[in-house]
Amino acid sequence: MTRKRQRMIFVVSGLAALGAATALVMFALSDNITFFRTPTEVVGGDVPPNNRNFRIGGLVESGSVVRHGADTIHFLVTDTRSSVKVTYTGLLPNLFKEGQGVVAEGRMGPDGVFVANQILAKHDETYMPKEVIDALKAEGQWKGQ
Amino acid sequence: MVAELGHFALIVALVVAAVQATVPLIGAARGADDWVAVARPAAGIQFLMAAVAFFALMYCFVQSDFSVATVFQSSHSLKPLLYKVTGVWGNHEGSLLLWILILTGFGAAVATFGTNLPPALAARVLSVQAMVGVGFLAFILFTSNPFERIFPAPAEGRGLNPLLQDPGLAIHPPFLYLGYVGFSMAFSFAVAALIEGRVDPAWARWVRPWTLAAWCFLTIGISLGSWWAYYELGWGGFWFWDPVENASFMPWLAGTALLHSAIVVERRDTLKAWTILLAILTFSLSLLGTFIVRSGVLTSVHAFATDPARGLFILGFLVVAIGGSLALFAVRAPALRPGGLFAPVSREGALVLNNILLATACATVLLGTLYPLILDAISGEKVSVGPPFFQATFVPLMLPLLAAMAVGPLLPWKRGDLRGALERLRFTFIFAGFTGLAVYALVEPRSAAATGGVALAAWLVLGGILPLYERTLRGGVSGAAARLAALPRSAIGMSLAHAGVGLVVLGLTVLLTWQTEKDQVMRVGETMDVAGYTLTLRGVASVAGPNYVAQRATFDVAKGGEVVMRLAPEKRSYVDSPQVTTEAAIEPTWLGDLYVVVGDADGNGGYAIRGYFKPFVHWLWIGAAVMVAGGLVSLSDRRHRVGAPAARRTRETGALAGAASGATE
Repeated sequence: MTRKRQRMIFVVSGLAALGAATALVMFALSDNITFFRTPTEVVGGDVPPNNRNFRIGGLVESGSVVRHGADTIHFLVTDTRSSVKVTYTGLLPNLFKEGQGVVAEGRMGPDGVFVANQILAKHDETYMPKEVIDALKAEGQWKGQ
Repeated sequence: MVAELGHFALIVALVVAAVQATVPLIGAARGADDWVAVARPAAGIQFLMAAVAFFALMYCFVQSDFSVATVFQSSHSLKPLLYKVTGVWGNHEGSLLLWILILTGFGAAVATFGTNLPPALAARVLSVQAMVGVGFLAFILFTSNPFERIFPAPAEGRGLNPLLQDPGLAIHPPFLYLGYVGFSMAFSFAVAALIEGRVDPAWARWVRPWTLAAWCFLTIGISLGSWWAYYELGWGGFWFWDPVENASFMPWLAGTALLHSAIVVERRDTLKAWTILLAILTFSLSLLGTFIVRSGVLTSVHAFATDPARGLFILGFLVVAIGGSLALFAVRAPALRPGGLFAPVSREGALVLNNILLATACATVLLGTLYPLILDAISGEKVSVGPPFFQATFVPLMLPLLAAMAVGPLLPWKRGDLRGALERLRFTFIFAGFTGLAVYALVEPRSAAATGGVALAAWLVLGGILPLYERTLRGGVSGAAARLAALPRSAIGMSLAHAGVGLVVLGLTVLLTWQTEKDQVMRVGETMDVAGYTLTLRGVASVAGPNYVAQRATFDVAKGGEVVMRLAPEKRSYVDSPQVTTEAAIEPTWLGDLYVVVGDADGNGGYAIRGYFKPFVHWLWIGAAVMVAGGLVSLSDRRHRVGAPAARRTRETGALAGAASGATE
């Protein structure tokens, strides 16, 4: 075993691991990332292809929340210019409120209603999801920093 | 008055840190002993000042002094005393102060206990530690002063986020920070070694206990956080691959790699440049974690209120600290004397494999965490990277590591015998295979993945303790205890830690394969079946707590027609906060947790109820506890405490370093 050969083995095994990781990452990225759209983009028809899961974010429009039983809910998510109707079945996160920021994950149904399979919960009532801030900023409606 | 005292102490600490960052460094370079001697007392004073500031802030919290902005923002006079105290770090400014307290505490610990360090190395280590201190003290003083007053003083505070009013969470940040900041010691030692231009086994012997302690703390911190998320958030999850969780997991992965590579430096005087690089990267990842949490650049369920100015400051600090140390590394690393050779199949080779896989896994987590930022910067496309990504990349990289974990410790240094090691593992392999098959045959629904996972867990647990068995019990029961006591503690620690990983794998496999979840709208008197238990809703009532009102549902839980327990999940609304929290009712059994959450009412007497059965979930925490126990046992090893051969070494005798490494074989 020479020093040169030892270094070769290091480099080759390091590159093999990196190569494997790169392959895994490329594969996972093509499949497992979730796009984000604002309500205005969704209304304009800009949704990810192949009916993939994506996220939509904005404010829960005041007065739009309609409950059907204890676990099904309809509401409008808005960036103040456009609104998208969302339906969700399941337990809601504690911070879900009218007028508050919300991020929903799911896909568009055939009737133009966004069917959420997950409403994202946040720990802190003063916290606004970054995507929602960006969506509101795009409409010039963001009042924070 | 107390607040001003705290503020003043922070300013003094900054000045002292600035002196400590420069004077001893220059002294060590010039051989001026009186300049070098500044380091130890300065480290002590810096710690003392940080402690004064920290306890001043704690005093303000306990006294509910709402003229201090931090207290006003995150405390309330009605809050129980415990949460007033822990509220000190339940906010940005206070948690930063805790960070500084721990950072200076580690510096003071080196100054106090590192008496066998060569004075010049100690001076350089303390100087580097103080440079980090300058960065954080400037950060807190210029962007996040915890002692800022507001005038006129408000009569009442705005309350602490009720989710944070929980004993588990109250102690989670200090442990996490002890871990994060503990890696600053490895960083300071690495940079000091680069400045000296020399790394030897004695250096590794000093670094290892600090790294090991930091690793134990970080493991505790991460497990506590995950446990808290499990029982408090009411989603039944324990790990979400959230950016902030990743931020604590990346230093853990890199730190685990560092622990193992430092062993190679200590025993064989090789892999030196790589170990230095790992030490720098581990702490850099801790800093990056702070940046991610504090700046709000990534959407996370964790973030405190965030502020771009702070993010910018930390980003600048990050660039200077990481860029500076990496530049130093690039200049000085080639000068490090290369060490001994070894065959690919050897203990060193196994540890290199461990390092390659851990580092690669860490890189994929880093990429997944930062990918949304990168893509946003390049294309403006907003995406989020969730659990599926990490499962698809992280898990395949971990599997070979876990499979090799039982083999590595059986290989001797320099040149190993793979066949011999595998023969020693023959019984372990057979047992693991049978365990897997038994699971496949007996547990419904069948799952091939779970079969593999359980077999892997058995392989790890049994393989982990195999070296211990060979050295104690195999020679007969009589005398086994004496042989165990005679073993080096680090060997016992390693076996425990590796077995702990196996227990975590067991918990993960069973939980992810066989957990059940059920959602149902229930009225009083109705029933729901979860994993063989029948839950009957007995009633829903309003209950008043000290600073909240709870809606409490009570369930009778029957198994086989007999009521075996009562569960009472709650939904709490707090008087001093608009927030609502979910208090899941969790009943631990030998096989797992029955976990029930109460949701909203439908206005017709029905309530949304979610029930889970979480099989083997407790093995996650038990496994983590065993890992930490292993770390602590190893930390108690005589070699870590004494570092005996090191004390006799002097600066000039490079030859002795070789002798020391020869002696450990």
